[in-house]
Amino acid sequence: MEEKPLKKPQESKSVKKTITAQKAPEFTYKPFQLQQFSCVGKSVLKIDGISLARGRALFTDDFQIPQVHYVKFLYSPHAHARILKIDTSGAEKIPGVVDIIHCFNSPQTLHTTAGQGYPEPSPYDTMMFNSTVRFIGDKVAAVLARTPQIADKALKLIKVEYELLPPLFDFEKAYEPGAPQLHPEPGKGYLAGMTYKPEENTCALVEINCGNFEAGIKMSDYTFDETFYTHYASHAMLEPHAVLSYLDEQDRLVIISSTQVPFHARRICAMILGIPERRIRVIKPRIGGGFGCKQEVFLEYYAAYFTLRTGLPAKIVLTRREVFRSTRYRHPMRLHLRVGTKPDGTLQAIWIDALMNNGAYGTHGLTVLSNAGSKVLPLVNKAPHQRFTGRTVYTNLPIAGAYRGYGATQGYFALNQMFDIIADRLNLDVVELFRKNAIRRGETSPIFEKLGEGKAGSRQDIESCGLPDCIEVGLKEIDWYAKRRKRLTDGTRVRGVGMACMMQGSGIPRVDMGSAYMKMNEDGSINLQVGATDLGTGSDTILAQIAAETLMVPIEDIIVKSSDTDFTPFDVGAYASSTTFVSGCAVLRCAQQIREQILGVAAEILREPAESLQMAQKTVRGKARALTFREICQYALYTENQFQIQASSSYVSPVSPPPFSAHFVEVEVDRATGDVRVIKYIAAVDCGTPINPRLVEGQVEGAIVNGISWTLIEEFRFDEKGAQLNTDFGRYKLFTAADIPEIKTILIPTYEPNGPYGAKSVSEVAMNGPAPAIANAIYDAIGIRFRALPITAEKVFQTLKTQSTR
Amino acid sequence: MQVKLTVNGETNTFKIQPGETLLETLRAAGYTGVKCGCEAGDCGACLVLLNDLPVNSCQVLTAAIADEAVTTIEGLSRDSLANLIQQELVAAGGVQCGFCTPGIVVSATALLRANPHPNRAEIQQALASHLCRCTGYVKIIEGIQNVARRL
Repeated sequence: MEEKPLKKPQESKSVKKTITAQKAPEFTYKPFQLQQFSCVGKSVLKIDGISLARGRALFTDDFQIPQVHYVKFLYSPHAHARILKIDTSGAEKIPGVVDIIHCFNSPQTLHTTAGQGYPEPSPYDTMMFNSTVRFIGDKVAAVLARTPQIADKALKLIKVEYELLPPLFDFEKAYEPGAPQLHPEPGKGYLAGMTYKPEENTCALVEINCGNFEAGIKMSDYTFDETFYTHYASHAMLEPHAVLSYLDEQDRLVIISSTQVPFHARRICAMILGIPERRIRVIKPRIGGGFGCKQEVFLEYYAAYFTLRTGLPAKIVLTRREVFRSTRYRHPMRLHLRVGTKPDGTLQAIWIDALMNNGAYGTHGLTVLSNAGSKVLPLVNKAPHQRFTGRTVYTNLPIAGAYRGYGATQGYFALNQMFDIIADRLNLDVVELFRKNAIRRGETSPIFEKLGEGKAGSRQDIESCGLPDCIEVGLKEIDWYAKRRKRLTDGTRVRGVGMACMMQGSGIPRVDMGSAYMKMNEDGSINLQVGATDLGTGSDTILAQIAAETLMVPIEDIIVKSSDTDFTPFDVGAYASSTTFVSGCAVLRCAQQIREQILGVAAEILREPAESLQMAQKTVRGKARALTFREICQYALYTENQFQIQASSSYVSPVSPPPFSAHFVEVEVDRATGDVRVIKYIAAVDCGTPINPRLVEGQVEGAIVNGISWTLIEEFRFDEKGAQLNTDFGRYKLFTAADIPEIKTILIPTYEPNGPYGAKSVSEVAMNGPAPAIANAIYDAIGIRFRALPITAEKVFQTLKTQSTR
Repeated sequence: MQVKLTVNGETNTFKIQPGETLLETLRAAGYTGVKCGCEAGDCGACLVLLNDLPVNSCQVLTAAIADEAVTTIEGLSRDSLANLIQQELVAAGGVQCGFCTPGIVVSATALLRANPHPNRAEIQQALASHLCRCTGYVKIIEGIQNVARRL
């Protein structure tokens, strides 16, 4: 299409322009008055906190079982090769080696490891062991042995004959004619029939049009065209993946796993192993962080298969090197944005075109891609003409999967820089640009309806939105107008400020389901059993708070158990920012039923109508007298019309209310070294009612530091054969406590009518801010825009050296 | 081979393999509060006190420390300073998944024993040998500052 010539804004050559729009407006923010709750909204102590801090809480590898044997994997040394022959005879002779499995003696069942609901919106393109290996780190064989050392020794004696195939590393060339084909085998693709083009190495294609982009861009006064790149990253949760499987006394298969999705794990294992779900019990103990990496079900079935074959307990504990090389990572993306605006910056048309690298297999290839549009475009709903196109391709590189932010992180890196570019070109305050274009309460976006997770989405109106307040409070806190475009300089060091706006969702509407079961005990305590999966987030605690609030009991009286497929009801698990909202609503509904039953029993005892009774502090007060919860429960269990006070409830939401956030950052760039130091980071967050403010802040701060670290220092380095070079924390550095800037989280409460006690999600949204906010701040400081991540000191230094600034 | 060690005040003989690390010995003996995050001395999850000094147990060969004294997180269960650190970390919101927490508690105990009133930078330096992906460290630092205030 013809590029419309840009109208030249005034004074565009001047660097330090005086900008009339950038005066500090009057500060008018008045905090929303939170409804007074007894337990919700309080920073109660995380219920498993002390046991974790004492080292008593058990993680998967802490379970010790007699006779346990260990699993070790043989990984492909080639990026792309066909396995012709595997000779295990030498390895089998080693004393202590019990069993060896590989593609010639294990189930060849196509599936996806994505760990999503059924039928998964990810292509079925992998097997336990594939006879073609597609990246350095693909599993070739597994050994079960008495000790990990014996298993390691056996691996060295397995002889594999490979036929090398040409590798494909450049994802931008993956769909060109003549590129090596990674998945030519027939039968691969989506259960639900989504577009799958293996002949173009393409595992997902998306196209959505709202309005008419071409017409919109023609009508625009200014057009912008930019390309951005985001990179691979490791989740780097501290606990490496672990699985322990064994047969219980009834020969049922028990799988203890560091999983975010115990119920999906059960379903996928049943399918691969060819046994019914009734024979499998998946237990989720304490989990040492996940961030999406443990949503994938790619280890459980190896341990389980060994246990079924040998009758022996089997344990897998990945090393950090294995976590870096053979698990899942953030999807690298190329984002091409075209935007048309009016002279005042109002968006007329926006098109996001995303090309995503999924690595060797297509897990989350369609949905992460879609989220780069579906979680991003609705934020700028003022543009009448919106378009999202995307393609996900295979390469012979490590497998990408779910990672906190899930495509939105990549999309917001592009959108927020685009806004900064537009503001700069039109001589506007970027904050004003967001005020003009961002979605508000009472509004909607057609994208919600058109673009879902592998299918059409779900229409929704925004019923709570604190974004304008987030912006206003953040501006003040960073002192925006005193610092923006000032380039405060000290020797070689220059300061700049940048900002970013973002949203996420709260679960997948009409897809994600959570459920809860509760029963009352004689002392008035309540067992709360949830399939929701606390992986360190504190979801057990906030779900207990929701229950305690509803039943007016102290939090200590809620005994939480999560998650055990034998004893807790179904929940999709911890992903898509769903737990607080979806599982929280299930708990709320369940607790309301318990409340009614308690009042019903009290009414029977007191012979008063239930409606006239008051519940408070573990008592029910009638006209005549008050009953304690103990009296009520004892009556229900022992006295008359006996029954167990108990209830269960499920919840699936037609909507996915977005949490909103505005981030502001001040950086200091050393022009002599290229070093970028984050000085101050402000995150103002609207997650509705913060059920537990401390835990909310923790989610935000964790995401911010993860994001800063990803932006500035984390980077996968590959050699020319496709092998990742930095597979330990010595060479893949993370931010430490000594590296963090001053970080301030400001909660901007709103009340989301669809959420439990007004709550929305918060776990992912803050991940979307650091990369673009920092890139924008660097531009503010030195006038150089970094469109590709990461922005390492080395890269800044090189760019400063070679590029003359404006 | 066999090695005599004093773990949490109790002297025992441990049967070990050649090349076995203290981390492996401790976990095999049931001290599972000592976590394994990287086996390279980078993450601090396996931190213990060796003769009262903090070390990454994955970097110590058990055979090399015969007759020496090791304190794990379990050995600090009745230590009033460690208990205070644990309470304050939880109260500050410095414990999320908790996998890094035992190591951090051991580290902070060593720090505050030597220097009961560290400034923020000293706390950050002491924690720099620990990785935590959940909290962003903000509330861990705050928790330890709160302990120092109470000492």
